[in-house]
This record gives sequence, C-alpha cells and structure tokens, in this order.
Amino acid sequence: MQDVSTEKKEFTPNIVAFCCNWCSYAGADLAGSSRLTYPANVKIIRVPCSCRVNPMFVLKAFQRGADGVILCGCHPGDCHYVTGNYYTRRRMALLYSFLNYMGIEKERTRVEWVSAAEGARFASVMNDFVKQVTELGENKRLTDLRVKEGE
Amino acid sequence: MKEVEMKMLERAKALLESGEVARVVAWKKGDFCFDPSPAVFESVEELDTFVYDWFCGANLSKYLIQIAKKEGKTAVFLKPCDTYSFNQLVKEHRIDREKVYVIAVECLAKLDVEKMKAKGVSMIESVEVVDKDVHVKTAYGEETLYKPDVVLTKCETCNKTHQAKDEEIILHERPERDVNRFAEVEKLEAMTEDERFAFWRNQLSKCIRCNACRNVCPACSCVKCVFDNPASGISAKANDDQFEEQLFHIIRAFHVAGRCTDCGECSRVCPQNIPLHLLNRKFIKDIDGLYGEFQAGETTEGKTPLTSFTEGDVEPKDVFNGEAK
Amino acid sequence: MYRISKEKLNDLYAKINETSGLYIPVKRAGEVNYAVWGEGKEVSLETLKTVKSPKSMFFPQTENMMKFKTDGKNIEVIDVREQFDERRPFVLFGVKACDYKAIEVLDKVFLGDPVDSYYKMRRETTTIVTLACSRPEESCFCKVFDVDATAPQGDVTTWLDAEYLYWQANTEKGEALTALVQELLEEGGETEVATQQAQTKAVIERLPFSNLDLSRFTPENLNALFNEKEWEEMSEACLGCGTCTFVCPTCQCFDIRDFKTNEGVIRYRCWDSCMYSDFTLMAHGNSRTTQMQRFRQRFMHKLVYYPSQYDGTYSCVGCGRCVNKCPQNLNIVKVIKTLGGKNND
Repeated sequence: MQDVSTEKKEFTPNIVAFCCNWCSYAGADLAGSSRLTYPANVKIIRVPCSCRVNPMFVLKAFQRGADGVILCGCHPGDCHYVTGNYYTRRRMALLYSFLNYMGIEKERTRVEWVSAAEGARFASVMNDFVKQVTELGENKRLTDLRVKEGE
Repeated sequence: MKEVEMKMLERAKALLESGEVARVVAWKKGDFCFDPSPAVFESVEELDTFVYDWFCGANLSKYLIQIAKKEGKTAVFLKPCDTYSFNQLVKEHRIDREKVYVIAVECLAKLDVEKMKAKGVSMIESVEVVDKDVHVKTAYGEETLYKPDVVLTKCETCNKTHQAKDEEIILHERPERDVNRFAEVEKLEAMTEDERFAFWRNQLSKCIRCNACRNVCPACSCVKCVFDNPASGISAKANDDQFEEQLFHIIRAFHVAGRCTDCGECSRVCPQNIPLHLLNRKFIKDIDGLYGEFQAGETTEGKTPLTSFTEGDVEPKDVFNGEAK
Repeated sequence: MYRISKEKLNDLYAKINETSGLYIPVKRAGEVNYAVWGEGKEVSLETLKTVKSPKSMFFPQTENMMKFKTDGKNIEVIDVREQFDERRPFVLFGVKACDYKAIEVLDKVFLGDPVDSYYKMRRETTTIVTLACSRPEESCFCKVFDVDATAPQGDVTTWLDAEYLYWQANTEKGEALTALVQELLEEGGETEVATQQAQTKAVIERLPFSNLDLSRFTPENLNALFNEKEWEEMSEACLGCGTCTFVCPTCQCFDIRDFKTNEGVIRYRCWDSCMYSDFTLMAHGNSRTTQMQRFRQRFMHKLVYYPSQYDGTYSCVGCGRCVNKCPQNLNIVKVIKTLGGKNND
C-alpha cells in the first residue's frame, strides 16, 4: 500500500478526448512533434471520424472516471468522409444540451474542430479545457461509484 | 363515446365478415370498466369482448410490427396520437402500409384511473363522461370529477389530428386548444443546474428498470436492444446505481430523438410515474429551436433532424452561449 | 394491546431508529416505496400498496455478493458477508397482510435447502411490524389465498385509524421491540380494533375478486393447464416488460452478473424477470423464445409449479399490484378467471 499523504492533493481531472483520425489526431501529433505542451491527463482516443462517437461512448467515459469529455473532428466542410462531422455537430449539440438539462455541468463537455495543421490550436484547446474542468472539480453527477470501489 | 364504440364495432364486424381484413386490432373489455387491454380479433364471435371507452389510452401502432407481418390485411383503430407513431413506423419500414387498414377514431382525451384514485375515488363501478364532468359510481357512493384533472398526462397537452387514415369514425370534433406542451420543460430549463440535477435524481431514483417505457415505445423498435445485450457491459438490471439509471434514460431518449412523436406512452406505463415524456420533449424542443420545427410521424417520407444537416448548423458551444432556444 | 396517538408516530420512529434501522413506506417524488427512515422523510402508512413490495428488505433488487481485487497476479476474494456482523438490526414497519404472507413464500425458497445466507442474515436481524388494512380496494384479492387482511401476523401487529396506531406484540422479537418503545405506548384499543376489523371484513366480502376459483390449479392439472390454447390470446398484448415481476412481492428470480471496477470485479445479483428475452439465457440460446411462453411461465410458476414444490402453497398472495400496474391491464386475475373456471362451464 502506498502512503496516503495527509496533505490534500491538488485535483487533476481525467480528460477523455475523442479525436478523428484524419484531422484532430494528426493535429495532436503535430502538437507533439512541435514540442508544444498540453497536460498529460488528456487521454486521446482515436476514432475514424468524429461521427463514430455515439452518446454511449461519452457516457461510458464519464462512468469510468472521466471528469471531462471533449470531441475533436475536422472543421465542418473538411471531413475526410465529406459529411460525417455535420452529423456529429447536430448530435453533440443535442446531447450536451440534454446532459445539461439533466443537471450535468455544461463545462464538462465540449466539441472543437481541429485540423491536421493546427498543432498549436490543439494544444491551446486542451490547455483551456483542462483548466476549465479543473476549476469545475470532480465529476460526481455522471459517474459510477462502483468503478472506484476499493480504491 | 358509446355511439363511437357502436360504429367501430359495426365496421369491425363488416370488415371481418366480408373478408376484407383477416383481423382487427382493437381493445377488449377487462374485469372493470377501466382496464381494457389491446387485443386482436380474428372472427365476429370474438368481438363480444370488443370495447372502446374512456380508458383505451394504449397506443396500438407498435403491435402492428408483428401482427401486420401475418397473412392478409390487418385493420386497426388508431387515435390521433397513435397515427403519428404508425407513420413513423411505416417510414422506418417496420410496418408495410399496404397490409394495414387504418380506421381513424376520435379520442377526446382518455382518463387515467390512477389519477382518479389519487382523488380518493376507489371501488369504481362505472364511469360516464359528460362534457368536462366525469361521473363516477363507486361502491361507496357517487362522485363527479373535473375531467381535465384526471386525463392521462399525454392527453393534457395534445392537439394532434389524424395523420393516417383509410376511413374515419369521428362523431365529435375536438376543439383546438391553446396549450404549450413545453411548459414543463421550460420550467426545468429555468432552474439551476443543481436544481435540475436534484429533480432528475429524485425522479430517476424510483426507476425499477422494468423496461416498460422502452417496450411500449413505438420508436423503440430495435430487434435487439443494447440494454438486453449481456456483452454490452451494461448492468441493465442493476437499479440501485445512479449511473445506470441515468445511462438508460439518456441513451433511450437520445436514440428516439427526432423519431419520438410525443405519444406519451412512456409516462403512461411507468409504474413509478416518472415524467419520462419530459426527457423526450427536451429533445423535441431543442430540435424545433435549433433546426426548425419538426414533428415526427407527420409523414411517411423524408429525413429526420438527426439524419440530415445544413452547413450553417449551430455550433454545440453556441447552444449554451447564445442560449439559442 | 397498546396504542399510540398518530401525532406521536414520529417519536416512535425516532425511538426505534436509536437502536435499529427502520425500513418504512416513504413518499418520494410522488410515489410511496419502502425506504430507510430518517428525520424529515415523509412516512405514508395510509398508502394501501407501496409500488415495490417490502421484499427488497431481505432480497434487495441489487446486492453485492462478493468482490475480487486484483493486484498483479494475485486475486483477493472479499466475502461481503463478513461485513454483515457490523450491520444494525432492522425493523420493517407497516407490512400488509399480503406482503407478510409473501415473505413466508420467499422464506420457503431462500431458507430451504440450500440456505441463502444473504437472505437469512437479513431475515434474522429484522423485526417485522405488520399493519392491518382498513380500506382495501377493488384490485385486492388476498382472501382467495386465505390471507386475513385485518389480522396480519408478524412480530408485532398494528392497526391504524383516524387517531391512533394500535399495537400488539406476537413474538419474542415483538415483545423486545414493545419494551423498547414502551414509554410511548398506552394501554387500550381492543374495541376499536375489533370494530375496524368487522367493518373491513365486510368490505373484503364485497370485493369483486374475493371469490376466485383456484380449484383447477393443482399439480395433477399441470399438463392440461400448460397446453391450454388460451395462453396465446391472454398474452398477445404483453409488452414483455418486467413491471409485474418487479412489483410482485413473491417473484424471486435473480441474475448474477460481474461488474468490472478499476481494481477488480464486483459480483452482484439483481432481480431478473421471466418476461425478459435474456432470462435463463444459456449458451445454446434461450429456452423460451416467444412472449407467450414467458407469460405462461410466470403464471404457471405462481399457480402450479410453486405449489407442487411447496405443499400446495400458491406463490401469489393477492396483493393486486400487477392488476394496478400492468401497462396493458394483463394480470394474474385474468389468468385465474380464464383457466380456473374452465371445467366448471
């Protein structure tokens, strides 16, 4: 067992970022190779297209301990599959609005369009989102207590 | 309602006798005056138990997915709200329109026996409705209730008209009303996040995961639901968990978004009276506000808001920023 | 016999709560269900039927059975029953006669061989306070199953009228509870209770379902009943939801599943419903493929299989919850009427 420090640990949120293969994931790559920094607690999940993300993915991320979920895809009009991100845009607008209607803090969810050339933008988006969720604090409303059992 | 019932019975008999249809989907009498069940009648003799009264609130359209697959034509009685579900199912190719003979029947709002009982009426023996008065005879005496107080929640704000019909039986026109079906949603929207969370937590904590809302829902027509798939990693029957309750209702509401006709069956069947229609109505309200007014089930063709887009659609973040609604 | 004025009931709950947990009908978001009592909760003893039955006291809808904690290549097995010793005793308050009979039905299953240790632990540490009915309604038919709604058993029996709650201990556990709350009780109430009982009994006689004929539901008729053609018609409107099973006080089927946590696995059980498509799912698929078969299973179990196994006791107690709650108004009464009276025609 590890020593449990009596000092209150600073809260570092778990962030799940769904990134489309063609733009945003490449943007993340570029951010890395350009040696731009963004917090290590952003866990990227690569998806073929932002419209591959169904609401269950977002909820499951929250269930398993995410404090914030961000979805990144190509800019509207630039989708590798032509129209995928247009559907994403509608779905996520409705889903996020709905989650807020259920009382889930709206700052925990976000959609951003990041192209393969926007390494700097990727880093700044992530920095901004992490900051926002850190200020918000731990996700308590859309999380599964059983997951943390025994910790 | 009695004359309407007689007319319906007459038509059902004629259709079965002539062989025009092989069966009629309607309602049959229960043990009381307030508990009819959906039923399939295949012969004139079976029509002895036929009933159409103030308690026939059930939406028959979903049954047609299975029944209309049978040999021959099926006649069905549909109330205004049921026709929207019917159209939506035709649109999704779950029902073959050619195999169904739709008889549109008047509704005038159905009664909710639970609401009547909550008003202190028990041991109900008979119910008669005259205009806005509901005269109830019980073993303990007679009482008169105000009809708008005891109609099904789904009927409270209904202004629907028949969207599908091969013939109609309408003896009384229902007057157009000035109602705002989004009033309750607006009330919730006006609350703080904390209050909304508390509201839904309180409501959803009652959920017993009976799946009645899903199974009755005409939009929930998946052959195998993700919540019935043991390999999905979802604890579909574990009701005690806050997350699982939220997951089920969020995913369900999302999955029917743009297809939900607001028939209100989910709230009618919930054994714990969770106002589930307020979940679906939020999606309807958002869709109306963000992408233009849309009523699922008005037509049997065309795209739904979630299977279409425009290049200038609102950005997700602006939904909150501008409070675009 | 003792009595306590209704105004003092909150003191009674608080007193009981000092030494035991109290599980009692509580109104939340408009519906009354059994819940753990606490200051400020809205207790509703007047409610005739809670949505869920009190069986969840002994057999919760979801219950952890054991936990596995993984640490590298080691797996630690945690037996949650070890935590039972620290559990407070409980008082289950306000159980109606039908629901009490239902607990006896469950006892035969869970306390018979092999004993269900989870159920047994809860059962042993709980004192049951029953409450007689005074205003039964049309969906009640407990009389059919020889339940006396005016004199339920249990460790303590109580009656409620406009002013008082009347109290009578029946068992040692009941006496102990009475001693604990003695200071709040006063003597009296025999005549009031007797009057109420007589009135209620008269109402029960007049209930529409009080005289259902069960004579055909015997083990000898198993095959005949199973093969009745009416099952098809009776089940055609069934949605296949689990409402009837989950509000039923005697339904006892459960499923055991694993849940993956960050550090291991929780093995839990939860109520299952024979109405569901994945009920008793096996590797080859499902043994009952149509809703008619599932529907038939439920009623055959209540009226034929269970009695065959347990000396003729039916596993329906006539609480009428399914009568009230079925979305399409299908229920056991319709089954009894359709099949029970068949050879008497």
